[in-house]
Amino acid sequence: MIKDQEFLKDIASFCIENSKKLGAKDVGVKVIHSVSENVSFRNKKLDESNRADSFAVNLTTYIEKKKSSINSSDLSKPNLEKLIERCIDATKITPSDENNSLPDKDLMSKEIRDLNLYDETHYPNDKKIDFLKKVEETASTDEKIVNTEAGFTENKNNFILANSNGFLGGYKTSNFSSSCVAVSRINGAMERDYEFGSTRFLQDMMKPDEIGKIAADKAIKKLGPKKIKSEKIGVIFDKRISKGILSTLASAISASAIARGTSFLKDQINSEVFPNSINIIDDPKIEKGLGSQNFDSEGVETNSLKLVENGILKNYLIDTYYGKKLNLKSNGRSGGTTNLYFENGSLSFKNLLNSEKKFLYITETIGHGGNIITGDYSVGASGFMVEDGELTYPVSEITIAGNFKEMFKNITLANDLQMKYSTNAPTLLINQMTVAGK
Amino acid sequence: MSNFFKKTDIDTSQAEAIVTETLKNCDDGELYLENHKSESIVLDDNKIKSSTYNSDQGYGFRAVTGEVVAYSHSNDISKESLRKSSDNLKDTLKSKKGTYNHEIPKTNNKYYENINPIESKTFDSKIDLLNSVNNYLRSKGSIVNQVTANFLGEHKSIEIIRSDNQVLKDDRPLVRFNVSVVLEKDGKKETGVYGVGGRQSYDDYLKDGSWKDVCDEAFRIANVNLESKPAPAGEMKVVLGPGWPAILIHEAIGHGLEGDFNRKKTSAFHNLMGQQVASEGVTIVDDGTLNQRRGSLTIDDEGTPTENTVLIENGILKNYMQDRLNARLMGTKSTGSGRRESYKHVVLPRMRNTMMLSGKYSQDEMISSVDKGIFAVSFGGGQVDITSGKFVFNCTEAYEINNGKIGSPIKGATLIGDGPSILKEVSLVGNDMKLDPGIGTCGKAGQGVPVGVAQPSILINKMTVGGTKL
Repeated sequence: MIKDQEFLKDIASFCIENSKKLGAKDVGVKVIHSVSENVSFRNKKLDESNRADSFAVNLTTYIEKKKSSINSSDLSKPNLEKLIERCIDATKITPSDENNSLPDKDLMSKEIRDLNLYDETHYPNDKKIDFLKKVEETASTDEKIVNTEAGFTENKNNFILANSNGFLGGYKTSNFSSSCVAVSRINGAMERDYEFGSTRFLQDMMKPDEIGKIAADKAIKKLGPKKIKSEKIGVIFDKRISKGILSTLASAISASAIARGTSFLKDQINSEVFPNSINIIDDPKIEKGLGSQNFDSEGVETNSLKLVENGILKNYLIDTYYGKKLNLKSNGRSGGTTNLYFENGSLSFKNLLNSEKKFLYITETIGHGGNIITGDYSVGASGFMVEDGELTYPVSEITIAGNFKEMFKNITLANDLQMKYSTNAPTLLINQMTVAGK
Repeated sequence: MSNFFKKTDIDTSQAEAIVTETLKNCDDGELYLENHKSESIVLDDNKIKSSTYNSDQGYGFRAVTGEVVAYSHSNDISKESLRKSSDNLKDTLKSKKGTYNHEIPKTNNKYYENINPIESKTFDSKIDLLNSVNNYLRSKGSIVNQVTANFLGEHKSIEIIRSDNQVLKDDRPLVRFNVSVVLEKDGKKETGVYGVGGRQSYDDYLKDGSWKDVCDEAFRIANVNLESKPAPAGEMKVVLGPGWPAILIHEAIGHGLEGDFNRKKTSAFHNLMGQQVASEGVTIVDDGTLNQRRGSLTIDDEGTPTENTVLIENGILKNYMQDRLNARLMGTKSTGSGRRESYKHVVLPRMRNTMMLSGKYSQDEMISSVDKGIFAVSFGGGQVDITSGKFVFNCTEAYEINNGKIGSPIKGATLIGDGPSILKEVSLVGNDMKLDPGIGTCGKAGQGVPVGVAQPSILINKMTVGGTKL
């Protein structure tokens, strides 16, 4: 059972009172309880069951402009007392920084709206097992599938965020997720692919046969890949990975990267960064949204932001500390983006595939080849060749490379946006990237 | 006597009784207890940006029968919590019956001292050193745009209580010191990163001004990259420098030789035991027994003493890395490779210090044999798709080779290859094996564990370089 608000509030208040007693001028604290239950299957047999019951306290104390933090999983009061003492001692001897402070009082979240983020339904392990049996049955229908793995996880969280300026808020959230990985084989060579669903409410979960079928179909389609010649070509990013472009944007426009001068988008505010048809939104108040929140990790109110409007960069992602460095107010993005997405483009998926004679269609990238400072990008990739609008054959062991500054300006969006993750993008085309192969 | 049950409502013998009763019809399992203290101090942008102390304690209770693992973890070490976990495990395995395997080898070896590196250097002196790093690097001139430096120290105590009241213990220190510098020249910015670490105190790595060497190396890499040209695209010869570039070995074949993927037949290597998988002259081991190394362990997280496991000998595949579960199901013995990130995680077979041993060629011989290719000296990270065998890693310092001579530095590019075939493309193995500086963390199934790598210089006949220049 997940602990209630009163239990967490009691610990938060204890931490704040004790810190102040020991000399802290300001205090911020978060108390979290989460319970997670996971069942996984492999080749139609139970493989693992895992139950996790976790507490955490994250506490930051301030003395003038000095700051230090402790984290602990042991909520017993004697342990917390000892750690608070240690935290205060460290705070006293940490050099001060004029930007250290709690958020401005007038920016704090005033009311907690019910965003429909908690489903109290408990899905017992027996039910999870039935679900996974169906996933794997569908996934293993084709004889080319030689291995399947499937998992179901149920998470329940509750937290309280509080500070010594009187802010105190928190709420429950839940998450149900299910996945299937299928391995296909032909002539001794294997390929792997997957499908994954994640929802706040159990009733919104994808159907098990759908998850199994998608994973298997994708793994079979990848069999017998070819390595292509190195060339410049238009690259289409499948929806599963096109969202990565938005994650890169988010890193590059975080106030920390801007203030530290380590972003390829430094000094680009109010400049055209994308084609003028492109709008990018970050909306924390979507009902049942996987990235939804009432306030950010400092308790600052968060509202919908247009990060990019008609191709022009309009906002950074600002927290209190780096906001002060930039002389800007926090816009409730301590902890990053919430529900981040591209507004739909105008082309249908089909028309996008037909917009040139030949494309490379990428379904998976591997490696961490993005450099936020220079904008240089180079990653391993696999996917398909597209000729005359049709996927003709699978491709692997290649890389795609470019620079984000140019890639951003050469994006064309399809109109197939789906809100499946917390960051979502429609299928997108980037013209003229360098593909390295044979 | 256990240290974990002080100030709780349960004592060691009661806990042992619950363990024995829970595991009586199981093949394997244990109660794993962990106390983890860590400290991170970060200097960034001329300021001490954060100082954080973490204190985490908890247990992971595991029961294994056949192929099924039941796991329950909590940070509440109490009678009620353990009973609840026990019920949960018994419920999962209710229809199974196993025979407990009591055998676990003993060891008197120790590969590191029980010190707490967080306490063995004062907070003040850590802050002072971070400020010295900042001043030292910034004194190198106005091209220094940004300096980040951090201390990351930890001390982990573990206890493993097995059915039959067998208790195994280990205390593990670990430190890492890292410096990152951003240089700016003519509007171009580049980064250089370097770090050192292992299972000793900070001062073993930083004394006598050796912290300046760490700064100098980060500065040197950033400086080289300021002069870098776009990297070439396509297949070519690649010379890898010694030491840290061995993450190629880690990604390309290390993961593919972990027992779980081979038992499940999802590794591209699962049917290659005893076969030639690398050129003659290539020998690769995974060694948990090197003194004070980042990837070393006295016992693994199931209590098995670690060993030096030969994976590939003269090109022939000899062994997989095994934890107890996969070893039992594959009819072999654990190689002491059962590891977990923390009590919150199940045990998986993992790498420790993965090393390619020296051959007989000099690096000069390799470079002078290449007409057109690249010389890769340092890397960021890598990744592998176990099933298809495709792997990548990102160069952070590399040069072109033209007509047997090292040319201009090139921009960071991803290199991609095929695990099962790459080692057959190794044509020369160098005589200059070097260990990495002690900075590696390996990720698998969401769990990060510290690892080491080592290799000599090697010449690879053909790899795809993912640059932008055709």
